[in-house]
Amino acid sequence: MPSNPILEVSDLACERGEQRLFEDLSFAISSGELIRVQGENGKGKTTLLRTLCGFVQPVQGSVRWAGRDIHEWDDLFHSQMCYLGHANAIKDELSALENLQIGAGLTGVEVAETVALEALRRMGLRRREHLPVRVLSQGQRRRVALSRLLVGEAKLWILDEPLTALDVGAVELMQELIGEHLSKGGMAIFTTHQLLQVAGVEIRHLVLA
Amino acid sequence: MNRLSLIDLLWLVIRRDMLLAMRRRADVLTTLIFFVMVASLFPLGVGPEADMLRKMAGGVLWVAALLASMLSLPRMFSADHVDGTLEQIMLAPQSLTVMVLGKIVAHWMLSGLPLVLIAPVLGLQFDMSAAAIWTLMLALLLGTPVLSMIGAVGAALTLGLRGGGVLVSLLVLPLTIPVLIFGTGAVEAVNSGLDAVSNLALLGAFLLFALVFSPFVAAQALRISME
Repeated sequence: MPSNPILEVSDLACERGEQRLFEDLSFAISSGELIRVQGENGKGKTTLLRTLCGFVQPVQGSVRWAGRDIHEWDDLFHSQMCYLGHANAIKDELSALENLQIGAGLTGVEVAETVALEALRRMGLRRREHLPVRVLSQGQRRRVALSRLLVGEAKLWILDEPLTALDVGAVELMQELIGEHLSKGGMAIFTTHQLLQVAGVEIRHLVLA
Repeated sequence: MNRLSLIDLLWLVIRRDMLLAMRRRADVLTTLIFFVMVASLFPLGVGPEADMLRKMAGGVLWVAALLASMLSLPRMFSADHVDGTLEQIMLAPQSLTVMVLGKIVAHWMLSGLPLVLIAPVLGLQFDMSAAAIWTLMLALLLGTPVLSMIGAVGAALTLGLRGGGVLVSLLVLPLTIPVLIFGTGAVEAVNSGLDAVSNLALLGAFLLFALVFSPFVAAQALRISME
């Protein structure tokens, strides 16, 4: 166990239908740490991440944030975490800027237009901020979704396949962003089938067999 | 970084859903056109006898409004569910109940309010008196939000289920019968020269009851559906 753990998972077991996906899973993550969840398709990587968010009730075990079960005070927990799932959670009818501002607003955070524009430009979407998302490529849509990470102050990032559809440049940018997040005391748990390396950070691997 | 208050959040959800609907007008127009078509078919089918049309007007317009409001119910949460927005909404530290209330209000403004506004025009097809038309509008104004609120619970419960669109109608329609009875009763009371206040008061009571309970119940149903 790392020292001073913040998110603790103890004896976790999850099922989908009648099938047990994983059991007796225990780990902890604290500031500055990065965990990669690995496993073959169908082994429960997404289910684990959704369980850590509180969407899925485990059949056994607990997920604790700062010592308390996440279901007991999930408002505080959710204000300190950011989850990006398979789906981008963006609307085709809205522009990239509208998506970012409204999307952040729905999670309770008010983002100024200048801050949102800066985040989109950092994600390589300069001159595309006001275009409807439906005219953007899949990779650009993913960048819009990932720009949410830049406008919040979440300590814990839970990222499900964040590199999907991203080109080499965007993958490098993502690695840079994760590095910055960790250096500021953040932590991240992610799944990916692609290669992800963060300079100066040792990635811990959690394998679901 | 500022945190939004509950009122700001409620307004944001309403504004967002209205903005999306304005950029995807077909969804709003479908409900309205369906209402107009169903209500217009009856005079064509039963003939031009004014007396009979006046008698059936309240019932026909209310049933048409009820069916039209069912059309848009499955979409209340499903688009947000499919594109992942609903997950983000549920992770917000703010109250999910308030967000659901915002979605219900937006749904009513997009699918219920247009029916209230177009109803007088359709009332003329049925040779309704001015008093009956005003009563119909008032009854729809009180009753259509209840349809959206009951519908929200059904839409949340059937979210992600195969055939959820049909299921939500089967689930919701029986629960809306009291609204139909008292909504129609208000118009019939005016047609018979009676006072419609009691029927309207009951519709108002349904509205308050639904306003208190349905956003909370729908929010809990969403949590169950998202597991």
